[in-house]
Amino acid sequence: MIPEIRVPEVVGFAFPNDIHITWSLMIVLYPYLTGIVAGAFVISALYHLFGREELRPISRFSMATSFAFMVVATLPLLNHLGHPERALNIIFTPNFSSAMAGFGILYNTYLLILLLEVWFVWRKDIILLARRNRGLKRKIYAAMALWTYDISPQALEKDHSAIRVLTAIGIPAACMLHGYVGFLFGALKANPWWSTPLMPIIFLASGMTSGVAMLIILYQVAMKVSGQKIESETIASLNRWLWLFMIVTVSLELLEIITLAYEQSEAWEAIHPLLTTKLAFSFISVQLILGSLIPFILLMIAVTMNRYLHDRVRNTLSFVSALLLLIQVFAMRWNVVIGGQLLSKSFRGFRETYSPQLFEKEGILAAAGIFCLAFVALFVFAKILPVFKALEEPRTVKLEAEAKRS
Amino acid sequence: MGKETTRRGFLEAAATTALAITLGRKAGLAAEAGLSEYNWEDYSYVYLVDASKCIGCGMCVQACQKENRVPDGFFRTWVERYRIGEGGRVEVDSPNGGINGFPATILDFKVTKGLFVPKLCNHCKNTPCTQVCPVGASYTTKDGVVLVDDKRCIGCGYCVQACPYGSRYLHPVSHVADKCTWCYHRITRGLKPACVMACPVGARAFGNMKNLQDPVRKTIATQPVLVLQPELLTRPNCYYKGLDKEVR
Ligand code: SF4
Ligand code: SF4
Repeated sequence: MIPEIRVPEVVGFAFPNDIHITWSLMIVLYPYLTGIVAGAFVISALYHLFGREELRPISRFSMATSFAFMVVATLPLLNHLGHPERALNIIFTPNFSSAMAGFGILYNTYLLILLLEVWFVWRKDIILLARRNRGLKRKIYAAMALWTYDISPQALEKDHSAIRVLTAIGIPAACMLHGYVGFLFGALKANPWWSTPLMPIIFLASGMTSGVAMLIILYQVAMKVSGQKIESETIASLNRWLWLFMIVTVSLELLEIITLAYEQSEAWEAIHPLLTTKLAFSFISVQLILGSLIPFILLMIAVTMNRYLHDRVRNTLSFVSALLLLIQVFAMRWNVVIGGQLLSKSFRGFRETYSPQLFEKEGILAAAGIFCLAFVALFVFAKILPVFKALEEPRTVKLEAEAKRS
Repeated sequence: MGKETTRRGFLEAAATTALAITLGRKAGLAAEAGLSEYNWEDYSYVYLVDASKCIGCGMCVQACQKENRVPDGFFRTWVERYRIGEGGRVEVDSPNGGINGFPATILDFKVTKGLFVPKLCNHCKNTPCTQVCPVGASYTTKDGVVLVDDKRCIGCGYCVQACPYGSRYLHPVSHVADKCTWCYHRITRGLKPACVMACPVGARAFGNMKNLQDPVRKTIATQPVLVLQPELLTRPNCYYKGLDKEVR
């Protein structure tokens, strides 16, 4: 049966095939997820590699967050493909002239690095958990530890070096994975709204922003729920990073628009009315004012007056800005992915709007479900392994070990 | 002994007959399909649109929808109407791809020139659509036609985004990329594409650049022709006569 096509309103003239939205909400969601992956990873790297002690309280948590979002990141893509059962063709028979063909390699490389790093960071905890538990649980933890129980200081030192090396490779890998999504758009000469070399950098910068913002929110919520103290040093540091990343992001975004406008290219005649009419809400109101200007001011207060702020105020400022920036980055993804498709390649008009339905295959519910799955994954992770504080060795074991050494 | 010989003789005869039948059937099928003598190295197809001839009747679009079972609302070929007035006023439309012709509408400016422009996949030589296909499902044949392998296509839609001419769409039922094939099933049997056959005024023509006597080849070689969006360097194999600068 041929599904009925909802013919949308078109302003001006669009090529008849251009009125369909080929890349749906799912393709908005995918870069949103990988951005958080990259951003969260960089925060953990700041501690592991660059020794930012103030980030220690969330160093593990940020890695777990990166991992959880990474695990679900392919779901929107699979849901979007017309033939998901053929998805592995990208890995087995890639066409290397395609920018998309690198997906398999980049995704798997980064996943592997992340997996190894998670293992090294939590190795000691896994072993301790294997020792503490009995029965099936013990077997599972033992298997996770790969049946090696060496937590001598020398072995742990080796773990640390491994973590440093993996982080060092992980940063470029995370940046590649996410910047590459920007490249997918930026390298299409058919679409002037996408085709700019700035695209990968914009994606990267906004990815960092969303990653840090997500961490701020999750960290504060997790601490509140578990009744622990929110470290003010950590929040202050996250605020500074968030402010920096958001300034870079917004500057780049504006730069792109200003260049287009100033060049007065043929495409601008189509983009300009698109921005001021169809995307006026999501671009000007949400992305620029609500999502950029307001958090910029809030974070400026939080960063510059940090010393004078009460913990409560600092946390609130940071929480609100983070929330707004998460919305900003989502709006930015939407404006790029959907905005670019509203514009017809005829440059003479655009489609009225695109509003995903609640129950469609690629609709709002599916997107919300996948997004929530990331939190479920994080929750499960936290159930299996401690995401905030490392486990302590029982005193007796410590004493034994010391006795052995002497 | 006699018995032995007969049996062997029978077996041999049976084997020969079976072989003959198989071969014969193969040859028959090939002949039926007109493929036995088709050598794609001998062809390099081109398409020529004469926009000054087109009357916007939409017969080509109808023929294409029928020939290729194109789903409603999607187009392998379509016709655009340009109405241009003084002072740079331009009105372009293509109601339902022009499949039912064009209604007479009144514009708020004086139209000084007008034209109909049939559009289809340009079967570009340097084509962005096959470049971006992650699994190689979009490809160019030796005779110069850009096709989609619907058994390999994963339905990612990247090629749809990459085509600057809006020639592609994702098929709503088979969920693979779909586009004009120049009626590949027809042209490899020596027939013309359905749209070329359907055009009552000869605005569409199809030819072979490797045939020195081909009239389309001669026109392209000796008369002024244009391609769409030449600045993108996609090097289309679809040429246009009688185009206006407003057409892209
Ligand atoms: S017109 Fe579009 S679909 Fe056809 S070959 Fe060129 S880029 Fe590909
Ligand atoms: S939709 Fe199909 S043909 Fe087009 S790029 Fe994707 S896999 Fe290739």
